[in-house]
Formats: sequence, structure tokens, C-alpha cells
Amino acid sequence: MAKRSRHGKAGLLFVAPFMVVFVLTLVVPLVYSGYLSFFRNRLVGGISFVGTKNYIQAFHDHAFWSGLERVVGFFFIQVPFMLAAALIFALVIDSGKLRFPKLIRILIFIPYAVPAVIAAIMWGYLYGPNFGLLAQISRYLHTPSIHFLNGWMTLPSIANIVTWEYVGYNMIIMYAALKSFSTDLYEAASMDGANGFQLAWHIKIPQLRPAIFLCLIFSVIGSFQLFTEPYQMTPLSPAVLNNSFTPNIYAYDEAFVSQNINYAATISFMLGFAVLIAASFVGLVSRQSRKRAVNV
Amino acid sequence: MFKAQKQINKKSNLLTLVMLCCAAYFLLPLIWLFITTTKDTTGIYSSFGLWFTKVNHLVANVKEVFSLDDGLYLHWMVNTTIYAVVGATGAALIATAAGYGFSKYDFGLKKPLFAVVLGSVMIPMTALAIPTFLVFSKIHLVNTRWAIILPSLISPIGVYLMRVYSDTAVSQNLLEAARIDGLGELRIFFSISLRLLMPGFITVVLLSIVSIWNNYFLPLIMLNSPDLQPLTVGLSGWAQSSIAGGGGGDSSIQAAVITGSAISLIPLIIIFLILQRFWENGLSAGSNKE
Repeated sequence: MAKRSRHGKAGLLFVAPFMVVFVLTLVVPLVYSGYLSFFRNRLVGGISFVGTKNYIQAFHDHAFWSGLERVVGFFFIQVPFMLAAALIFALVIDSGKLRFPKLIRILIFIPYAVPAVIAAIMWGYLYGPNFGLLAQISRYLHTPSIHFLNGWMTLPSIANIVTWEYVGYNMIIMYAALKSFSTDLYEAASMDGANGFQLAWHIKIPQLRPAIFLCLIFSVIGSFQLFTEPYQMTPLSPAVLNNSFTPNIYAYDEAFVSQNINYAATISFMLGFAVLIAASFVGLVSRQSRKRAVNV
Repeated sequence: MFKAQKQINKKSNLLTLVMLCCAAYFLLPLIWLFITTTKDTTGIYSSFGLWFTKVNHLVANVKEVFSLDDGLYLHWMVNTTIYAVVGATGAALIATAAGYGFSKYDFGLKKPLFAVVLGSVMIPMTALAIPTFLVFSKIHLVNTRWAIILPSLISPIGVYLMRVYSDTAVSQNLLEAARIDGLGELRIFFSISLRLLMPGFITVVLLSIVSIWNNYFLPLIMLNSPDLQPLTVGLSGWAQSSIAGGGGGDSSIQAAVITGSAISLIPLIIIFLILQRFWENGLSAGSNKE
């Protein structure tokens, strides 16, 4: 694209407001809390520089790792399910074989307008033992009732809430990408006798790779910083949803309950690194799979 | 239309039925929520969730929502609206200008700056909230409206979307023509380019409104005063105290919590329905680039 360098200064002018706020609310906090993570505040002796001791402590902190393992497990269980559902819905709506496609699309998308707090309050009632809607239905069907917020069931129950909230959002990203593809290829393929399923598998899904990658990256970030749903549901399942259920809950607890600001900053940083590593890993895997697809 | 295309577009009743069942999963919890606004707290526990009770408590529930804690709910509603409108408009303006700047101009440090902006999409916002709190408490911004508005002004994904959108929506020839007519760069942006960028701009507004409206962690840690808090934090507090076992809880406000939750959803659902097409238009630009 042709650009004239004599207008270059104007470009800086347009970018400047964003960069100023960016530095103020993103760079400065990161630098400052990075600085804080190298200090400790003791009752006796006050604030002192401790080098990497906070990080070493976090490396050996069972509470931090159990939370991290949990969100990684959450990612591997919830995200494939959510993205597969979003992909199938997007392809079905795009296939043109549906009646009321607009209605169905908006119904699936609407939960994205529901704040996580409200979703957690609502599903808390739906999950309720004895009185909840799901318990009522299983009593009517004479099936054994499930204790959704008990023991190991708690995490899948929370995964269901997150799936409910975000399938529609991911579907819209994929559907928007599908809409923007040229239909020439579809027509050529269907002239050759390809059915809707073959069209989706051989032509649409390969083209959707960038959109799926985008959804996957958002999902990595979303899973790792899981906070609102389990935090909101703590009174419903206090034994399971403890103060280190996820890394973010742990950081929050360290900062505002234990008043241990320095260690909370360390945990936030470790979580940030974990997300970076996971996101780079996803990027690497998707690049590998693209190469393989090109070679085939 | 080609014959083949018509064949592809043959409607399937079976597929429609299956998809309607799937849609029911997304809709039923909300139907439950709105039906439950007509019940009192005992009705929540004793009646079937997807049908009404004999007495309609909707009016009493709405009255209780707006009168609890001296009408705090209305404060929360106003706060959420302020945060969402100011934050989202500001974020979209700043992101549009930046995306446009990255798309249409060459300047020193352009590549590294854009790489940093793009990379910051990866920073988990809740992990950033505690560091931001630490800085804001140093400069006495904690427990003010700015503590919510300032961080909301940053939308790296918005910058990215607007850069991609500017690439196609505003042609370089048009800019050259305007320059030959003697218009300054700022004038060109505000009087010509911004209008062409409007659909993308609205998409960024939408994305920001949703993320601000839904935000919980940031206001939870930044705001102590109940009359500065947004709906999410306020309702969460009511909900937790209404179901907390043992002392301190007031279980009788559960009907109010559910009614308040339902009311808080209405504005966003209306915005979604009206501005639906902008999601697709704006997001399709971003999802095809890597």
C-alpha cells in the first residue's frame, strides 16, 4: 500500500491517545507489580528486597499449582466441546438448509449478553438439589438426581455455565468468517456433486482455520483467568470452591484477604506467563497443522 | 441463481428441529429467570420452575428491588450505564484513531508498536487487574469512577479490528484527493474517514459495552463504596448474602435478587437485538487475517 512518509507524523498523532492510556493502565501496572514481586513485607522488619524468593515460593506452592492444573484441565475439557459446538452451529446455519436461521442464531448468541455473575446466580438455582429445575425434571423422569455442586461434579458444572455463555460468541466469529468467503468454490463443488457435509468438511473448515485459531486463543485466555463463576458460587459449594480453586481466586485471596500484596503480584505474573506459554503452544500447534494440511 | 445452488438451499425440517432443540438449551435458563420474577421466595422452592404460581408477585418484587438498601439498585444501574457508555465510546474512538493511524500512515516504530499492542491481547485482564489496583491505590484513583473508566478505554482487539477495517474501508486515493483539496489530516479523519469507518466503530462499541457491562473482577477490587459499584458487583453481594448459610444472610431477598438480575439483562438484550448485524460485519474483517 502506498504511504507518503511526509504524513508520517500525523500517524503518530492518531496512535498517541491509545498509546498514552496503554502505558498508563497496562505498562505502568505491569512494571510496578513486577517491581513489587521482588519485595516482601514482614511484620518484623518491614519491606525488604528478597530477589526471586517470591517466585521460588510460588514454584513450590501447592495451592498455586493445584489451581493452575485445574484451569488447564478445564481448558482441555470445556474448550474442545464449546468450539466444536460453535463450529457445527455456524456451519449448519451457513448451509442454508435451516428454517428460521436468524431466530436460531440470535437464540444461541443471547447468553453472551448475560454477565458471568448473573449466569452463575441463575445456574446456581437451576442446579439446586431438590428444588432446582434440573432436580425437578429428573424427579419427573424418575432418573437419579445429580448433585451438580458437589465434589468432582463442581468443575464440569461450572464448565457447562461457561459453555452456555460463550458458544454463541464463538459461533458468531466463525459464522462471520463463513459469510465473508466467496461462494464461487461452493458452486463449483456442488456442480461436481458435493453434498453439504462434503462442502463443509473439504472447503469451509479449511478456510475457517484463522477464525478457529482466533477463538482458540481467546479461549486459552478465558480459561486460565477463570474467576467469576466459581467465586460467585462459593457459598453453594464451600468445601470444593476454596480460596485457591483457580489461580485468579488465589491471587485475589492473597491480595485482599491475606493482605499479601507482594505475593499476589507474583502470582499474577506467574499466571500471565502461564497464559503466554499456553497461547504460544496453541500457535505452534496450529502452525504445524496448517503446514501438514498444505503438504497433503 | 444456479440450479445447483438451489438444491443446496433446500430446507431441512429435521435439521431445523435439531437446531431448535439446541437453541432451547440456551433459551430455557433465561425463560426460567423471567418466569421466576413473578414468584416470591417460597414460590421459587415449591413450584415448577418453568411455570407460574397462582399469585403473581412481579410488581412486589420490582418494588423490593428498587427499595432495598435505600434504593441502591438504581445507583448500580446508573453506574453501569455511565461506565458502559463513557468507557465504550472512549475505547472505540481511541481504538479507531489508532487502527486508522496504523493502517494509513508510515511512521517510525510503527511495526514494534503494533506488535506490542497485538501481543497485549494475550494479557489476561483479570491478572492485570491486581497490578492496576496496586498502581491506582498509589495515585489515589481507587474507589473513584476513573478506576473503572480508565482501564476500559484500552481495547487492543479494537485497534486490531479497526486497522484491518481501515485497510479496505478507506482508500488511499480518497485520502490523496482530500489532501489535494487542502484538508488537514485531522479534518480528513473526522469529516471523511470516520463516517466510512462507522460500521467497524459500532462493532468495537458493542464489544466494549459487553465487556464493561459484564466486568466483575475489576470493580470488585477497585470500588468499596456501594454507591459507586456497577450492577454485577451489587447483585453478586446481594446474592451471596441471600444464600449464605448461617448468620448474616437474609434469604427473604432471593426473589429480589432474581428479579434484579432479570431487569439488569433487559438493556443489553435489546442492544443485541437491534445491533445484531454489526457483530457479523465487524468480526468478519478480523477473523480472516492471521
